[in-house]
Amino acid sequence: MKRTVFSIISSLILAATLTACGSGVKLNDVPVEDRTGQTQPSGDASGTSGRGVQTVQVEGADASLAGPANVTKIIYFDFDSYVVKPEFQGAIEAHAKYLTANKGRKMAIEGHTDERGGREYNLALGQKRAEAVRRALGLLGVSDAQVEAVSFGKEKPAVPGSDEEAMAKNRRAELNYR
Amino acid sequence: MSIAPPFRPLRRRTLVSLLAAGALPAVPAFAQFRVEVSGVGLTQLPIAVAAFRGDVQAPQKIGAIVRADLERSGMFRSIDTAGVTADENTRPDLSAWRQKGADSMVTGSVTPLADGRYDVRLRLWDIVRGQDMGGQSYTVGAADLRLSAHRISDFVYEKLTGEKGIFSTRIAYVTKAAQKYNLWVADSDGEGAQSALTSPEPIISPAWSPNGSQLAYVSFESRKPVIYAHDVASGKRRLLANFRGSNSAPAWSPDGKQLVATLSRDGGSQLYAIGLNGGEPKRLTQSSSIDTEPAFSPDGRYIYFVSDRGGAPQIYRMSPGGGNAERVTFTGSYNISPAVSPDGRWLAYVSRVGGAFKLHVMELASGTVTPITDTSADESPSFAPNSRLIVYATQQQGREALMTTTLDGKIKAKLSGASGDIREPDWGPFQR
Repeated sequence: MKRTVFSIISSLILAATLTACGSGVKLNDVPVEDRTGQTQPSGDASGTSGRGVQTVQVEGADASLAGPANVTKIIYFDFDSYVVKPEFQGAIEAHAKYLTANKGRKMAIEGHTDERGGREYNLALGQKRAEAVRRALGLLGVSDAQVEAVSFGKEKPAVPGSDEEAMAKNRRAELNYR
Repeated sequence: MSIAPPFRPLRRRTLVSLLAAGALPAVPAFAQFRVEVSGVGLTQLPIAVAAFRGDVQAPQKIGAIVRADLERSGMFRSIDTAGVTADENTRPDLSAWRQKGADSMVTGSVTPLADGRYDVRLRLWDIVRGQDMGGQSYTVGAADLRLSAHRISDFVYEKLTGEKGIFSTRIAYVTKAAQKYNLWVADSDGEGAQSALTSPEPIISPAWSPNGSQLAYVSFESRKPVIYAHDVASGKRRLLANFRGSNSAPAWSPDGKQLVATLSRDGGSQLYAIGLNGGEPKRLTQSSSIDTEPAFSPDGRYIYFVSDRGGAPQIYRMSPGGGNAERVTFTGSYNISPAVSPDGRWLAYVSRVGGAFKLHVMELASGTVTPITDTSADESPSFAPNSRLIVYATQQQGREALMTTTLDGKIKAKLSGASGDIREPDWGPFQR
């Protein structure tokens, strides 16, 4: 029941999101205005520059639904490593079992990094972690259609701080059922 | 005087402090125009910018904005005007200003009109030759007073250096405050910011379209990275890339007809060309490594990008259609975030040096590399459209901040403006 409610909410949010971005304007057709012309050296220009910016507010999507009980949904990685450690094999097997038994369920694998380095490069590194988990699940028979590997890079640390303890908690992949 | 606490040893610090102090006489009202000069160039033109007549009553202090613009460019040194107000009709006392060391002087006025707008005028004087170098006048609404000040700076800069000024261009950046992310469009000094997008989820990698009307960026609002194109004037936006996996690092081609971005739709992070009107993305790289952070050279001949195909992230370049890549960086084991200057001469990028991430500039013709900062968490360099300044993100006193620097690293200024952590700058093109 809870899941249904969540699904409805998620659908609504998704629909809202799609509506919000469903502008049919061809970008090539957007007229290029001379928005700076009003400050030409002359006395009769109008008073606004046309440099106004329209604010758009968006809502976030909701995250995780239930999966297998009592199984961790966070896989931690070593520094500069993109290999699923043996200690998480049990959790991977439990999720694989759940997903193969529930073909209708889907999961997002969200890769994360610690804070060191560039945002985009870290996004690619987080993707490597997510895909390592996806491959581990795939080896156990989970269909690629059920899981999507995505990355947050260093944008969503689990814990604040720059010490090694904090960074170790941030190098992770989170498994979120949808 | 609120030169903010010096954040690094200043060369010839006393002189700089005096100059900056003279440049910014009225502390509280002008605090937002602080330029933290952290070095002194050798060939700066000494210029006196008087307070404009009417500045005291006007909502924006034109003289102070112009003075800060010119200082930030690195090409000018401000001469203390000691609170002198001089309008465009006042002939400066040449011998007095010569004695103070000024080569040129800006005078002007800002006058409210009956309809609520303002008449802004300036005159530029060659103090050495005693010549009137010309003037301008602008009639603007209150909201565009800052823009008129930046246009005055552009006029002065071009008259005295022979090159186009960039003061009236715009910068996009992202702030994070209280778990809220905001994409801003601001003046080139970071002020006058207008919000283009607010989101509870991260926003990264804004990229101006070549005509300056749209921003492409990566938004995580749907709990994964997807790329939007966003018309900033209307707020209309649409999904450019929402493929399976992650979608990131958008880069416009110089003709504005397509973007190159990093997609993981086929596994791994690879570069793809994306048309503006949809259609199947064209895969440009075929590696089992990370290929990301594409950046076009302004002539469209190359895409620079980051790849770890050699075991560690380095910068490579290839033709825009894909194919063989040529390695560009050879020093260091972590080189990322390439940006090519609009004149095609320089490559700015971030290199890890002993655990610190530092902005470097490479002269492309010679391959000569120069580190140009003393900070240790530099990110996301972006060139001004005249190739004379770079804006980049860094950390100061534990906060994320934006800085501009000259290409030799000698003149740096911290952009103030929005509160919270400021990051991900992208310098927009010349407009008009």
